[in-house]
Amino acid sequence: MAQMLEIRWHGRGGQGAKTAAILLGEAASSVGKYIQAFPEYGPERMGAPVLAFNRISDEPVRVHCHVSNPRIVVVLDPTLIGKNDVTSGVPEDGIYLVNTNLTPAEMRAKLKVKGGKVYTVDATQISIDTIGRAIPNTPMMGALLRATGLMSLEEFVADTRHKLEMKFRSKPEVIGGNIKAIERAYQEVQSE
Amino acid sequence: MSKRVAITGNEAVAQAMRQINPDVVAAYPITPQTEIVQIFSTFVADGNVDTEFVTVESEHSAMSATIGASAAGARAMTATSSQGLALMWEMLYIAAGLRLPIVAPVVNRALSAPINIHCDHSDTMGARDSGWVQIYSENAQEAYDNLIQAVRIAEHADVQIPAMVCMDGFIVSHGMENAELLDDHVVRSFVGQRTPRHSLLDVDNPATFGALDFADWYFEHRRQLADAQTYVKGVVLDVAKEFAKISGRNYGLFESYRLDDAELAVVVLNSAAGTAKAVVDDLRQQGMKAGLLKIRLFRPFPHDEIVAALAGKKAIAVLDRADGLSTMGGPVFVDVRSAMYDAPGPKMVNYIYGLGGRDVDTEQIAGVYWDLARIAETGKVTSPVTYLGVRE
Repeated sequence: MAQMLEIRWHGRGGQGAKTAAILLGEAASSVGKYIQAFPEYGPERMGAPVLAFNRISDEPVRVHCHVSNPRIVVVLDPTLIGKNDVTSGVPEDGIYLVNTNLTPAEMRAKLKVKGGKVYTVDATQISIDTIGRAIPNTPMMGALLRATGLMSLEEFVADTRHKLEMKFRSKPEVIGGNIKAIERAYQEVQSE
Repeated sequence: MSKRVAITGNEAVAQAMRQINPDVVAAYPITPQTEIVQIFSTFVADGNVDTEFVTVESEHSAMSATIGASAAGARAMTATSSQGLALMWEMLYIAAGLRLPIVAPVVNRALSAPINIHCDHSDTMGARDSGWVQIYSENAQEAYDNLIQAVRIAEHADVQIPAMVCMDGFIVSHGMENAELLDDHVVRSFVGQRTPRHSLLDVDNPATFGALDFADWYFEHRRQLADAQTYVKGVVLDVAKEFAKISGRNYGLFESYRLDDAELAVVVLNSAAGTAKAVVDDLRQQGMKAGLLKIRLFRPFPHDEIVAALAGKKAIAVLDRADGLSTMGGPVFVDVRSAMYDAPGPKMVNYIYGLGGRDVDTEQIAGVYWDLARIAETGKVTSPVTYLGVRE
């Protein structure tokens, strides 16, 4: 079986971890990948730690269990680090993408990981600048594309614009802001 | 042209309902089924369907209204989960006893207490003797395909029995994955129009529904219901053949996955079957003769065919996502083992797993196959019923 990419999203209720996983899944599906996107459903409270997951593959995805060994971890809220084990089950060559104003080297020290790759981007600031409020999920997707090469920015933006247009028909400013946030994070994400 | 989309199980089922375009839907919201009815109600509001949508004050009323509509000759549907199905209880038996071909998606969820919104099969397993046809679905695609086929199965002149189409709560209902949806006109022509043999609104041929039926005739009518069940298998296969023509997707009474030459077999239904297939592939690479039987039609139970498929295996594990609390295993185990009684006997064991949404992963299912390997080698069963993945 071709390798299946597994992603785990860490966030807090209200930051859009589930939406991010779903938008990413839909976008990957739109370019012909087989996908899964699902959150971990617990008591849903604003601010409580939440998890969401993606599986992305060239072949149909059959497994229906939790993602235990994600190759990619995306952290929407850096205050979760140290409180939740964001490194749990991640292989040696895992990729971490963290929403923070720290550099990748500083974040690596906080994560206490040796191998793999660490990327950082200040998605909260980007979302405040472009969307007008702290909603880091869409910029993090732009950064994720850059860090992983999962699909092209153009393909992703086209699909996401379409989805946002359906959802925010009455609020066109939201659409432009989100697209700008994705593009800016794609440019600004830092690697080691 | 069907197209592959990213969609949740609930969305796929709601789309199937839109394409079926039932005359009446009466439903009450309950997690994790709520989305189905919520999405469907937008189709009603937007005029995408011709359905009379009846909002009711409980699931008991939902099933009652559906029964009334179906007796009147309408194609009637509802949808529910868990406590909702439990509250429909007495009406489920009435729907089957009146031979009303209602079709209902049921999103599998645990029963209280303790209160829990997540997946297990306690709800529909409890309804297994109600007389309804039960079809189980591994993923969103199967839930969609099965719902469309269920209309034809339930309404078939030889059957006239209500059918529930089950899928796993949250895991499939809320998880987004890929599915191919058919074109609207293809589904509409496949399901056609309902032509009831008798109906309340057919005033030229008046009929009584729900009449009092004492010791003089009750037994005969129940016997007829039992007889009708024997026609279901054939109809399920005929409908599947026709469905393959419009979809390219093949369905049977159950799915055999690498089972023909297998020595060790797992029997399971719904979403865990997908996880188990990945395990089978992995173990096959390691040289183990592992196979899988995924039950699709659970009621009526296709015993002869299942026995034929499992005969000659060395050891079989049946996985139940519901506990019968009889101290002799879950409901699927009891049926499979009973069916196998007269077959040359493989060793059989039962695993109760995943209650209340407890995750079951590839490692756990691989562990079941390794247990089977040990049983096949030693010929000894130390634990007929095992609770898989529970803290003891």
